[in-house]
Amino acid sequence: MGEADALVLGGSRLSPDLKKTPLHALHLDLGGKMVSFAGYDMPVHYKAGILAEHRHTRQAAGLFDVSHMGQVRIVGAGRVAAVEALLPGDIAALDIGRIRYSQLTNDQGGIRDDLMVTNAGDHLFLVVNAACKEADIAHLAAHLPAGVGIEILTDRALLALQGPAAAAVLARLAPDSAALAFMAMAAMAVGGIPCLVSRCGYTGEDGFEISVPADAADALARRLLAQPEVAPVGLGARDSLRLEAGLCLYGADIDQATTPVEAGLAWSISKRRRANLDFPGGPLIGRQLAAGTGRRLVGIRSLDKAPARAHTSIADSAGAPIGEVTSGGFSPTLEAPVAMGYVPPAFAAPGTPVTLLIRGVAHAAQVVALPFVPHRYHKG
Amino acid sequence: MSKVYYTEDHEWVRLSGDEGVVGITEYAAQALGDVVFVEPPAPGRVLAKGDEAAVVESVKAASDVYAPLSGEVVAVNQAIVDQPGLVNESPEDGGWFFTVRLSDRSQLDGLMDRAAYDAFLKTLE
Repeated sequence: MGEADALVLGGSRLSPDLKKTPLHALHLDLGGKMVSFAGYDMPVHYKAGILAEHRHTRQAAGLFDVSHMGQVRIVGAGRVAAVEALLPGDIAALDIGRIRYSQLTNDQGGIRDDLMVTNAGDHLFLVVNAACKEADIAHLAAHLPAGVGIEILTDRALLALQGPAAAAVLARLAPDSAALAFMAMAAMAVGGIPCLVSRCGYTGEDGFEISVPADAADALARRLLAQPEVAPVGLGARDSLRLEAGLCLYGADIDQATTPVEAGLAWSISKRRRANLDFPGGPLIGRQLAAGTGRRLVGIRSLDKAPARAHTSIADSAGAPIGEVTSGGFSPTLEAPVAMGYVPPAFAAPGTPVTLLIRGVAHAAQVVALPFVPHRYHKG
Repeated sequence: MSKVYYTEDHEWVRLSGDEGVVGITEYAAQALGDVVFVEPPAPGRVLAKGDEAAVVESVKAASDVYAPLSGEVVAVNQAIVDQPGLVNESPEDGGWFFTVRLSDRSQLDGLMDRAAYDAFLKTLE
């Protein structure tokens, strides 16, 4: 067999350079298959395997360690304007306890990182991707005006509890969580531990992200895992779940060379921000909003069973290359391959036939609307 | 009485007469994780030892199954095409990939027996 991927064979021997989250010992206790991810030793799956962990999350509740992500506070009177100067999201309109998805942009309108921004009352609470957190923090620090500061929350872990049973589970440990609306956050005790609970996630299911003090993270995770509906879920299923949900992965579907408009994220730019375009790359993004883009991120369903991975060439029915897959894999829910990639706008309509060039052979496929699997976010 | 040989690429070959049934070992199946797609060689294809004979994909990655011996593909296991998970359930039995009619028996000298393969696995730890 070929060693097609470092993730597949050999795993990782923990090198001194790999960081550990507060749940590292738990991952080993649970039999996690550990791999290097964004500089951390993380579980790609546990004993059940990726498919079972994925299905469990859609059917019950999965618990994920996402402590490798960056948790940051922006403080000071000018914090809203300061953050708005770096991203196209409407932060001024964010009520206390509300969360918004946005992207830090560069001067070409490309995406430095995507993130969640929460109005936590006396500060803004940001959650950024692990691979980008050093660069994001440096970028924020370099651009915050006098009077606005950045606090990096290195003493906190982040757990994600996702799935149709997540709400019932969390309500047992945190009755106040039942009242949380989708994309809302509140401080509350979870199993007696003071936490920040956000009703959001990266799976398309109802669920929560729980920011917990690092020294209580292991105990909280074990308590959640003791609930009958909950199983541990690794990064492999995290990726297959978000792909089914049509959610972008930074570094794959979005990067410094893709704009939010090209990536189908223009919905996250409010009318006010579109009018003022007062963020990096504003003018270019404004032109794209007005006149369209040269390419669009779309979903693609293969007509056969061969998965199309990142960098697979997308061609038209005649075989002429028109774009490239940015994320692709097997959908356990659909039991079929799914992919996301960029195509010219003329090919972006759902139903458009395309072909995927896999190992030199053209496989018939078609463009489909995202998400591949309907979202089941909490309403109310 | 069939004998099983192994390669350092974690393929096994079960020899009966001049035909060898080929699959991947338990070690490889475990390392791969849940198999979701298999593309076996076409029946009739003539393989040289070391050729990429089949594709096996897990959720996370695609990998190749190499021909451990030269010969013609005389059978292909449709069961693993229809139900790729069978490779994980029974990698060294029901999860076989293809059968090859050997064209060069001397190639067997270059393969390991079970004891040698197990010893080889220990070196990977």
